[in-house]
Amino acid sequence: MRRLMNEAGLWLIGIPVFLWTVLPLYHMMLFALSTKDSAFSGKLWPQPATLRNFEIVLSQQHHYLGNFWAQLGSSVLIAAATGVLTLTVATAAAFAISRLRVRGGRWVMNAALFTYFIPAAFLAVPMYKTMGLYGLLNNRWAMIIAMVTLASPYAIWVLKQASDKLPVELDEAAIMDGATAMQLFRLVYLPLMVPSLVAIGVYAVLLAWNEYLYAFLLLSDEREITLAVALGLFLSADDSPWELLMATGVLYALPPAAIYYAFKRYMVSGLTAGAVKS
Amino acid sequence: MSASAPSIEPVAPSGAAGARARRTGPYRPASWNTVGLLLVVPYALLFLLFVLYPVLYGFSLARDPQSYVRLWQDPVFGNAVLNSALFLLVVVNIKFVLALFLSGFFVHERWWIRILAVLFILPWAVPSIPTILSFRFMLNPEWGIINTLYFNLTALDGPNWLNDRWIAFSMAGMVHIWKSLPFWTLILVTGRLAISKDLYEAASVDGASRWQQFRHITWPSIATLYITCTLLSMIWTLGDFNSVYLLTGGGPSDLTHVLATLGIRYLRLDQVDMAMATIVVATPLVLPLMVYMMKRLSRGPGED
Repeated sequence: MRRLMNEAGLWLIGIPVFLWTVLPLYHMMLFALSTKDSAFSGKLWPQPATLRNFEIVLSQQHHYLGNFWAQLGSSVLIAAATGVLTLTVATAAAFAISRLRVRGGRWVMNAALFTYFIPAAFLAVPMYKTMGLYGLLNNRWAMIIAMVTLASPYAIWVLKQASDKLPVELDEAAIMDGATAMQLFRLVYLPLMVPSLVAIGVYAVLLAWNEYLYAFLLLSDEREITLAVALGLFLSADDSPWELLMATGVLYALPPAAIYYAFKRYMVSGLTAGAVKS
Repeated sequence: MSASAPSIEPVAPSGAAGARARRTGPYRPASWNTVGLLLVVPYALLFLLFVLYPVLYGFSLARDPQSYVRLWQDPVFGNAVLNSALFLLVVVNIKFVLALFLSGFFVHERWWIRILAVLFILPWAVPSIPTILSFRFMLNPEWGIINTLYFNLTALDGPNWLNDRWIAFSMAGMVHIWKSLPFWTLILVTGRLAISKDLYEAASVDGASRWQQFRHITWPSIATLYITCTLLSMIWTLGDFNSVYLLTGGGPSDLTHVLATLGIRYLRLDQVDMAMATIVVATPLVLPLMVYMMKRLSRGPGED
């Protein structure tokens, strides 16, 4: 009897959690699959369900969506470049700090932690001005650099944590064999770090793909803005085609969800390692 | 858990001498240090050019006292401070109590809870803009699904959700919680899973109630984690632009602005000194948290 009460209690928590999580996402799908009339009638499921919105989005048939493919490409480019550059910069730094014990390494670590603790919207203001000084505004490089700047601190932190856990005997053996630092890096370090590197790569890609504020500030050319900014443009009019906005939103939200699930087993252990430690 | 974790050099200068002995460790060829320096150069450059310089430059833009007078005179400013404080103190704490509670739910081993956990992470993994706009459409007073349902059930018009200061603000808080609850719940689940099962079994044998188990086993084990995460989340929540901007746009009548949206608004109006002044005003709020967190995270686990 007590067991039964227990199970009932779990369901009593589980069902509201399910509804809470899924409702806005379901509502997004509902809009995306509805005709304009049905979307605004408050129906709980699309009647009739249609893929017409997606067709309009994909064939760029609405003036809000004239550059959909270019914007999608922009999002892909920025996310991919952020992933690659973050991995490069952060792995190099974490290796130097943790394994090579480079002098001044703790200052680099402190700089990274400092950056990690600046609220993102606050850093956006001076960074926007500085990008202007550097002549990088309205350039996708500005966005890529900004995203690498935001993603690197956590990446370095997590990679350093993971790398500190590798046994010190590895370095000793490498020294005995007369290996150079780069050989240690390439032949010993990288292969052992693969799970953390995957987690960090995915983290950086998702961060850049999902970012709205920085993209909205740093990019303005219609063909260079990311999908996030393009979705924001719909808000400029009161009678925007919301069902098309939601269809675009679904297309924009699917890749990060898919990437997250594809690498899920790396993500949880990889990304929470740093946090749980303290 | 801490026994298996390696020691990490403390960053506080006071610990530097003791740390040096540990840092040196086994002999390392001199060439390694050269390579090491080369390897930290990319990040160091990134930090200097895109964090340190902008921050210093930004602060220099906000050095005119007149900016603060004008900021003080802006009626939106007072509300933004209040709203930001409420976000940090109330919304973040509600979020963490929920995360603590749900982490206790998600550690149960059931097939359906595992499926639910997979779905539960979605709000965090997908981008804010489509999901927050989805909330916004649900709350539309005329054609939103919530008021339509309400009308169908009661034949009455529902509230004008985003047109009332406190309802709109609560909704922004709700959106914020929806978005970031999964991440923190996951962290607390990991914290709970690190607690030895033997402790709970022993407590069960002794006839401890569930509350007693939480009070005497779970809480002492994860309290530090809980507090660290709460502080971290407070810092980041101060920089949460999306939840307010995308849901209410700061409305009605600029009453739901927070410091982040106000700063960006000044920036968009090309009043950079005001934008920076807004941030400078918020600095006393975050700086103690930042310093505390930096000390925490750069300290070894064995020294807690």
